[in-house]
Amino acid sequence: MILLAFILFPLIGAFLAWASAAVHASLPRWVALLVMLAGLILAAGIWIQPEPASIAGADWRYVYHQPWMPRFGISLSLAMDGLSLLMIVLTFFLGALAVLVSWDEIQDRTGFYFFNLLFVLGGIAGVFLVMDLFLFYFFWEVMLIPMYFLIGIWGHGHRLYAALKFFLFTQAGGLLMLLSILGLYFVHGASTGVYTFSYAELLQTPMAQSTGRWLMLGFMAAFLVKLPAFPFHTWLPDAHTEAPTAGSVILAGLLLKTGAYGILRFVLPLFPEASHAFGEWFMLMGAIGILYGGQLAYAQTDFKRLVAYTSVSHMGFVLVGAFAFNELAYQGVVMQMITHGISTGALFMIAGVLYERLHTRELEKMGGLWAALPGLGTITMVFVMASLGLPGLGNFIAEFLILAGSWQAYPWIAVLAAIGLVVATVYSLRIMQKVFFGISLKEFKLKDMSLREAVMLLPLVIVIIWLGLFPQRVIDTAAKGAPSVAFQNKDK
Amino acid sequence: MEWMYLVPALPFLGALLLILFSGKTGKAGVIAIGCGSIGIAALITIIAGWQFLQSGIPAYDQHLWEWLRVGDFSIGMNLRLDALSLAFTFVITFVGCLIHIYSTGYMADDPDFARFFACMNLFVGSMLMLVLADNLLLMYLGWEGVGLCSYLLIGFWYKDPENGAAARKAFIVTRVGDTAMAIALFLLVQHTGTLQLSVVLERVQTLWTSGDETVVWIAFLLLGGAVGKSAQLPLQTWLPDAMAGPTPVSALIHAATMVTAGVYLIARTNIIFNLAPAAQAAVAITGAVTLLLAGCSAWVQTDIKRVLAYSTISQIGYMFLALGVGAWSAAVFHFITHAFFKALLFLGAGAVIHALHHEQDMFRMGGLRKSLPGVFLVFLIGSLSLAAIPFISSGWYSKDQIIWLAGVTERGSSWYAWAAVLGAFITAAYTTRMMVLVFFGREQTHVHHKPGPEMMIPLYILAICSTLAGFLELPHTLGHFTWLSDFLAPVLPAPAVLHADVAAEWGLQAITAGLAALAIYLTWRLINAPFPKKAGAFLRSGWGFDAAYDVLFVQPFVRVARLNRKDIVDKIYTGLAAITRTFHRMMSSTQSGILRWYVLGVVMGAVLILSVIIWRHSL
Repeated sequence: MILLAFILFPLIGAFLAWASAAVHASLPRWVALLVMLAGLILAAGIWIQPEPASIAGADWRYVYHQPWMPRFGISLSLAMDGLSLLMIVLTFFLGALAVLVSWDEIQDRTGFYFFNLLFVLGGIAGVFLVMDLFLFYFFWEVMLIPMYFLIGIWGHGHRLYAALKFFLFTQAGGLLMLLSILGLYFVHGASTGVYTFSYAELLQTPMAQSTGRWLMLGFMAAFLVKLPAFPFHTWLPDAHTEAPTAGSVILAGLLLKTGAYGILRFVLPLFPEASHAFGEWFMLMGAIGILYGGQLAYAQTDFKRLVAYTSVSHMGFVLVGAFAFNELAYQGVVMQMITHGISTGALFMIAGVLYERLHTRELEKMGGLWAALPGLGTITMVFVMASLGLPGLGNFIAEFLILAGSWQAYPWIAVLAAIGLVVATVYSLRIMQKVFFGISLKEFKLKDMSLREAVMLLPLVIVIIWLGLFPQRVIDTAAKGAPSVAFQNKDK
Repeated sequence: MEWMYLVPALPFLGALLLILFSGKTGKAGVIAIGCGSIGIAALITIIAGWQFLQSGIPAYDQHLWEWLRVGDFSIGMNLRLDALSLAFTFVITFVGCLIHIYSTGYMADDPDFARFFACMNLFVGSMLMLVLADNLLLMYLGWEGVGLCSYLLIGFWYKDPENGAAARKAFIVTRVGDTAMAIALFLLVQHTGTLQLSVVLERVQTLWTSGDETVVWIAFLLLGGAVGKSAQLPLQTWLPDAMAGPTPVSALIHAATMVTAGVYLIARTNIIFNLAPAAQAAVAITGAVTLLLAGCSAWVQTDIKRVLAYSTISQIGYMFLALGVGAWSAAVFHFITHAFFKALLFLGAGAVIHALHHEQDMFRMGGLRKSLPGVFLVFLIGSLSLAAIPFISSGWYSKDQIIWLAGVTERGSSWYAWAAVLGAFITAAYTTRMMVLVFFGREQTHVHHKPGPEMMIPLYILAICSTLAGFLELPHTLGHFTWLSDFLAPVLPAPAVLHADVAAEWGLQAITAGLAALAIYLTWRLINAPFPKKAGAFLRSGWGFDAAYDVLFVQPFVRVARLNRKDIVDKIYTGLAAITRTFHRMMSSTQSGILRWYVLGVVMGAVLILSVIIWRHSL
């Protein structure tokens, strides 16, 4: 039942927020904040609790099962293991911050805005919890449409173009996944006589090698676009750049993670043979993404576009690690999902804070801001360092584990990915130089962080340092949710 | 010794406080936090070191918490105090404390006083983590941490874009080395299953025999990390530019401590290098070549800090040479004396620069021995050490040991020894040139204000240390006193000396001393002699490495980035969209609403279909 709450809180909250706008325009944000905080407290509560005995032989902490359309084998099936727990905590943590980010930025149609914001978050929570492939596809689409509105209505200049591009890319990937889901459904039905969308049952689907590989590629299409992996990444810079700050935070922090989650939860366990067969190619794709994204990040002059390309680069690490098939790399991937969400989310917030003051995202128009904004500069420095993988911050743990793990699988791919660390240094330091150092073009009279801005940025700083120095808590949690296939060492 | 964790923790805490309360504590508060934390750390080091010497145990371990555990792979936040880390810790806290005190005078007028001390504290903390870590991952944390602080402090005066460029260059170039080191760690994880130093060093001995491919790879990759951090060939280019930072930074980070991290790394993993003769030879060759190339570059600089920077590269070259021939403790010995005399020289140069209102060009100095007698005295002491003047300077004792061992150890070669001797000649030459240009001759720039006691007292203390530190070890010719190498023996094995011949050592010492004297004499006489212009410019630019890297790496990267700013991959999708749109336009243009076109279309279609049918039937 508690699992249902994580999905229903935001979904019901969404309607409440919309309705409350009729009373007062500032009410929706309070509703949204309360909903997110309630979810966060609930999720954190589960995390702090001592681990319950695992259910049904697997590592599930909670399971909720309700038949829905038994004729088609569709059920309302939810489950939570360590991996989904971490993702839920991240969802509500970043969700709450996304509400704070929108506090002053959004003045127009606040009711509908917070409706969309909460609905996206509800969809994301659903994706992380459902264990029925039909419902998984449903929530996959639920994430999509409100995000389209967030970008298309409250975005910047080219918002319609960006929103449409985002929609088309993810929809195309999503449809291929739907085909694969249906294919899996019928293959399973044909061979066992049981037609079901249930994740647990589909896990043991016997299928021909080529069938498995084609179905796997269908799933991968959706996840690679979402991740995004090179060369399917080009929707991301546009979407990130044009989205309102909260949209960028949710996109980078959470939506991209659904792609990574999909790989870990569905692709690897459902198609172990195909995953092994194609693993090297996907790792290579990830490594290319790391370098290509890094190079493109260096080339950008728009702050948000730059950060968007760093996402392409960092999510390349996820792809590299996911197909390395060992525990080091798997733990690194989970860590990367979390730390990238924190650090990139923070960088987008900083971009938003700067935009509110300077009304530009152009790096060429910034410079020398340290004198005016030392507090913001210090925090930016932390996240710039996180982005280049400085030890002591969470991202380092993630990247180290991924590289150490993938080294054991394919050393040369790990070397390519490791070169990404140098490229990351190049583009990350450029941010500091262009924004905070150098000579200021004009005498900026700017106020350093307000209380609200400090409240939304400082927790991120604390979390990223905590993850860098005490990552064991997360690692232990994630260990109890590892798709078991990821642990099987490659038998070559 | 139980308080050992405070040694790195206090500087970190100081840095945190300074960041959190930046500007709210007032200057006295900053000084109290900044200098106080380092001072207490130095005191604890001395006490812990004393207890350590008394206890006679080989190493003292302190477990703080478990950092990371995945499956069987586990890394602790563990500190380890042994002879090697104690030697480094002592130098870092002691010299660090003196430089902090000096900085209170040097940076007194800077508006970002608090930020400076925050970064300096962060640096000292990271450097201490680096040397106290009991595992390579924690060492890597310190390793990258000092890189960050180096970046922050080189670019401390951030308004000048050139300082920013120098800072980024330092970070990026060292990161290239760091990445090599990271790959070495992956190899070690894969083969030994751990990164804990004591276990790693034990397991490598059972896993591999001398010269095995994997261990040679590991050693070479570790060397990659070391040459990055220690500014050796081919990654030395960042250090001269790093002089853009405030002078105390150059003294602490870019002379006394951080740049010797590579020496520490190789000394710490000496067992691995011992198993990899090829890599160890590469260490020696790197050192020998670097010490000569950098020495030549130091010889032609005009900026006093750049002389010292190239001199640092050259002196670390000596340390690498020592490591490469298996004279591990000799490298540490030279590290200690170099830390004292180079910090002294940098701080002395800082006093001069400060007095002349940020004038760094030696050709605009001159005659300062009269107006700055105190600085002249300490600078002279430092210079004697750098030039390795026999008997009275600490630099002589340590350098002489390296020169001698370079030729006589099992992995040594007379080539190394002659390179080191030639290096000594060049060193004496450029040191003399610097002394003459700055302190002798005609006064060119008037002294602006004299350094106060907070700057002079650290200088005097360092001057005393620069003289006394040499007596930690005496050569065979002078009684063969080996306190330091005995102390380090549990960690660093003694060099395998093939033929110890006291007469030959006397001869080598005489040659070195003679060459140094010759260098001083020649320089003194030829100080104003013209130098070939092109060769001068080539040497001054550090043998054209920067230009080469610019063409090979920087330009292509930047050019591709510029060309591909709009992301060529996106063209696939926009192209797809364009094709769709073209079809759309073509199709929609047929829907013109003109009836006769529609009729024509129907007729043409009918004709086409009929002809196909007839054609198929006729076959």
